[in-house]
Amino acid sequence: MKLRVRATKIGKVRFTSHRDAARMWERALRRAGLPVAVTEGFTPRSKISFGLALPTGAESIAEYVDIELQRGVAAADVDLETLPERLSEALPNGFDVLVADQREPGIESLQEAVTSCTWELWSPLLAAEDHLDACRLLESTELVLDRERKGKRSADDVRPMILDMRPNPTGDRLIADLVTIGRALRPGELAELAYPNIDARDVRALRTHQWLDHDGKRREVLHLPADVEARTLAVLA
Amino acid sequence: MSTLWARIEPLLARVQKPARYIGCEDGAITPRHDKLDGGEAVAWLLAYPDTYEIGLPNQGLQILYEILNERDDALAERTYAPWADLDHEMRAADVPLFSVDTHRAAADFDILAFNLSSELVLTNVLNMIDLAGAPIRSSDRTDDDLVVVVGGHAAFNPEPMADFIDAAVLGEGEQVVSEITEVFSAWKAAGRTDRESFLRQLSRVPGVYVPAMYDVSYDGRQISGVAPRYADVPPTVDKRTIADLGEWPYPKNPLVPLTEVVHDRLSVEVFRGCTRGCRFCQAGMITRPVRERPADQVRTMIREGLRSTGYDEVSLTSLSTADFSDIEPVVRGVIEDAKEIPGSCNTMTINLPSLRLDAFTVGLAGEINNGRRSGLTFAPEGGSWRLRKVINKLITEEDLYGAVDSAFSQGWTRMKLYFMTGLPTETDEDTLGIAELAKNCVAIGKKHTSRASVTVSLGGFVPKPHTPFQWFGQNTDAELQRKINLVRQATRRMGGVNVKWHNPAATTAEGIVARGDRRIGRVIERVWREGGLFQEWGEHFSLDRWNAAMEVEGLSSDWYVFRHREQNEILPWAHLTAGLHNDFLWGDWLDALAEAGVEDCRWTPCYDCGVCTGYGLEHVVASPIAPAGGSQGTGQDLGRGGEVPVKLAPTKLEPVGATR
Repeated sequence: MKLRVRATKIGKVRFTSHRDAARMWERALRRAGLPVAVTEGFTPRSKISFGLALPTGAESIAEYVDIELQRGVAAADVDLETLPERLSEALPNGFDVLVADQREPGIESLQEAVTSCTWELWSPLLAAEDHLDACRLLESTELVLDRERKGKRSADDVRPMILDMRPNPTGDRLIADLVTIGRALRPGELAELAYPNIDARDVRALRTHQWLDHDGKRREVLHLPADVEARTLAVLA
Repeated sequence: MSTLWARIEPLLARVQKPARYIGCEDGAITPRHDKLDGGEAVAWLLAYPDTYEIGLPNQGLQILYEILNERDDALAERTYAPWADLDHEMRAADVPLFSVDTHRAAADFDILAFNLSSELVLTNVLNMIDLAGAPIRSSDRTDDDLVVVVGGHAAFNPEPMADFIDAAVLGEGEQVVSEITEVFSAWKAAGRTDRESFLRQLSRVPGVYVPAMYDVSYDGRQISGVAPRYADVPPTVDKRTIADLGEWPYPKNPLVPLTEVVHDRLSVEVFRGCTRGCRFCQAGMITRPVRERPADQVRTMIREGLRSTGYDEVSLTSLSTADFSDIEPVVRGVIEDAKEIPGSCNTMTINLPSLRLDAFTVGLAGEINNGRRSGLTFAPEGGSWRLRKVINKLITEEDLYGAVDSAFSQGWTRMKLYFMTGLPTETDEDTLGIAELAKNCVAIGKKHTSRASVTVSLGGFVPKPHTPFQWFGQNTDAELQRKINLVRQATRRMGGVNVKWHNPAATTAEGIVARGDRRIGRVIERVWREGGLFQEWGEHFSLDRWNAAMEVEGLSSDWYVFRHREQNEILPWAHLTAGLHNDFLWGDWLDALAEAGVEDCRWTPCYDCGVCTGYGLEHVVASPIAPAGGSQGTGQDLGRGGEVPVKLAPTKLEPVGATR
C-alpha cells in the first residue's frame, strides 16, 4: 500500500536542504513506527519519494511525500485520520503533516504529475507598489535570464514559465504561478527579475500549492480540509 | 535577554549550509530562561571551536549539555564556529556569537566553555571569544565579562592558551561542571565583583587550573619554575575522573541534527580509558583507568536511543571497542532488540570503530554489518615489528595478515591501513616496511577477489604531553615528506596499493602548539590576527603564517618542536597531571628505546603507572577474562578467534583492581 501526505516546512527549518529533509523523513517514519517498505540490496533504503525539491531557504505549506508500506499492510492497519498527528509528532518543529491519503495504484509520481506551483514572495525591503511593478513582467513577450545550472551558464527566455502574477489581497506579497515542467524558474530567479533594485536573497518565498493537470483544469495534489487550512494559515500569520 | 534570530535570519540567506546555525535538533533542550532572567542560574554557552558538522556529534559536549540543564541552578546552550562566510557577515552586520538553541548573544551567558579536541582549533577559540564581544586576554576581562573555560584532551596542556582562558578543566567534566556552577553561583549571589578572588576560589576546585594563579619563571628559554601565587592555590592540578561510567548514562536524549554531520548515527560509549599502553597515544594515557559501562545498560541505551532518534545505525564508541569484555553478547542483544522496531530489522547497522587486528574482531564486524562491506580500517601504526615494540603496538605480521585474510574472505574488497611516520628510532627500513605490509595484504586479497585494494594512510607523529614520548624531538616537515616519498616511491609499481598522507606542514604547526608553553600564546594570537582560522582545514591552512609568527615573536621551531627534551627539564605542563607518575613515563620512554613492550594491565598485574593508586580508582571490567580473540601481550594465539578464552597463569587470575 502507498500513502501520499501533504506537509509544511516553515520557520527556522526552512534553512535545511531538500536532502536534509529526506533524511529527516526517514528517521521520523521509523520513530513513528510506520512499517515502511525498504529497497533490496546491501544498503537498504526506505521506499519514500519526494516531489519537486524546495529551494533551501524557501518555506512551504504544500510539500508532498509518497510512502510505500511493507507488503501485507492494509489501509485498516494505518489510521489515516490520526496519521498526520502521529507523523507531525515524530518530525522536527516546522514540519507538520496536514493531510494523509491513500495513493491510488498506478498513479503518476509527484515529479511527473505536478505541472505548476504557486508561490508567495515578500520582503521587508519591498512595498505594495513594488509588487504591482513586478506584475508588469507579464507584459513582456520575452524575459531573458542569465543563470547557472550545474556549473553551466546559459541565457534562457523564462517568460513561458510564468503563468500569472498578482498581488495578494493585502498587497504586501506577490503571488506567482510558475510552470514546473522542463527547466523550471526558481522563486529566487523570479525575484531577481521582479525586484531589480534589491538583493534577491532578501526576498522570502513560500510555496502554497502544487498543481496537477486534470482534464485541462488544475487541481491541488491533496486538497486541505477547511479547518486544516485555517489552522495552517494561522501558524503562518 | 532576547533572541537575535531576526538579525541572524537575513545573514543565513547569504551563506553556505545555513542549517548549521538553526539548532532545532531532536533532543535539543529549550532552556528555561526564566531561570536566568530571574538572575540566579548560571548560564553556560558550550562551544565547539570547529564547524557544526564536526562539533554536533561530540559526545562530551552533549553530556555536559544535559547534565547542566538538569540542574535548577544552571542552564546550557550550544554554539559552534561560524564558517568564514558567516563570520564575515556577522562582523559586517555587528551580530555577535550566538547560541544555536535560542539564538541569544554570547554575552547573555556567564561562562563560555570550549571543548578542545585538537591543537589546530585554537585560533578559532580566539576568534569566537572575540565574536562573543569579550576581550581575548583574560587579564583585560572585567567582572561583567564572560568567564572562558576550556576542557577536552587538548586542554591537558593549556599553557599556550594561558593568556586567553580563565580556567582549564583537566579530565572528565561530569562532576566538575556542577562544582564550577556552584562557585559561580555564589559569586553571582555576592554581587559578581572582584573577578580575581572568584578565580582564586575556582582554582581550589579539584581538576580546575586557573593559569592566572600561577607564575612561570624562565632561565633563558628553559622554564625554571611554576609557582602558585597564593598559599591556598594547589601547586599541582590533578585530572578529574568518574569512578563508574554506569552512574552516568548520558546522553539520555542524543541530539539528532537536521543536516548531515560527520558521525550521523547514534553513539553509545561502551567504555572509557584504555590500558593497551600505546606510547604515542595521548588519549590512552590520560583517560586511564578502564571503566566499562555495564552490558545491560549499553543494551538499554542503544534500544532507547534508536527508538527516540529514529537512527538505524549505532556506533559503540571507546578507544578500542573490540576490547569491551562483553562485546559479543551485547552485539547479539542489540540485533535481537532491533527486530522489535518496525522497519529496523532489515536496515540497522552496528559500527565498531577502532577495530582490533584479529580474526575474531573481523568476524564480529562481518556478522553485524548486514552484508554491508563499505571498507575496513586497521591501524598497525608502525611498519616493522621492531618499531611496533618501540611504540608498544604489539601486533605481529601474522596478526595483521590473519585479520586481512579474514576480512577479504568475508567479502570486503577495500582495506585501509593507518600508519604513523616520524616515530622514535624510526629508520628507513621501518618506513619501507609499510610498503611491504601493504603489498602482502593486497596479495592476500587477490586470492579472494581481483578487486582487492589497500589504501595506506600516513600521518605524521606529533609527540604529546603526558605520554612517554613527550621528550621526543618531532621529525621536521621536510623529513616527514621524505619518508612519505619513500613509501610512495616503493609502492608506485604495486597494483592495488594507494597511498594517502596528512600534510606534514600541518603536523609541524600542531607540534608548535602541542608542547608549547605560555610564550606560544603570542604565536596563536598572531596567526589568528593574520586571518588563520580553521587551521585543520586544508583550504585554510598555511604553515607560512605559523613560521612567520614564530619568527616575529623570536621563537624557534627547532627548540619547541624538533628538539629532544632532557629528563631534568621542567616541561610546561609539569604542574598538571593525568595521574601518571613522571618516573613511570620516563621509564616507559627508556623501555621504548630498548624496544621493550608492556602488557595490558587490565588483564595482567599492575605496573604502577600511578593512576589507580594515586586516585583510589579501579579498572571496572565485566569479566576477569580478556575478550575472546585475545589482547596484546597476553600471548594468546589470535588465530583461534573466539574458540578459546584467554588463559591467565594462576598467579594472574585476579587482575589487579578488577571488579565485576
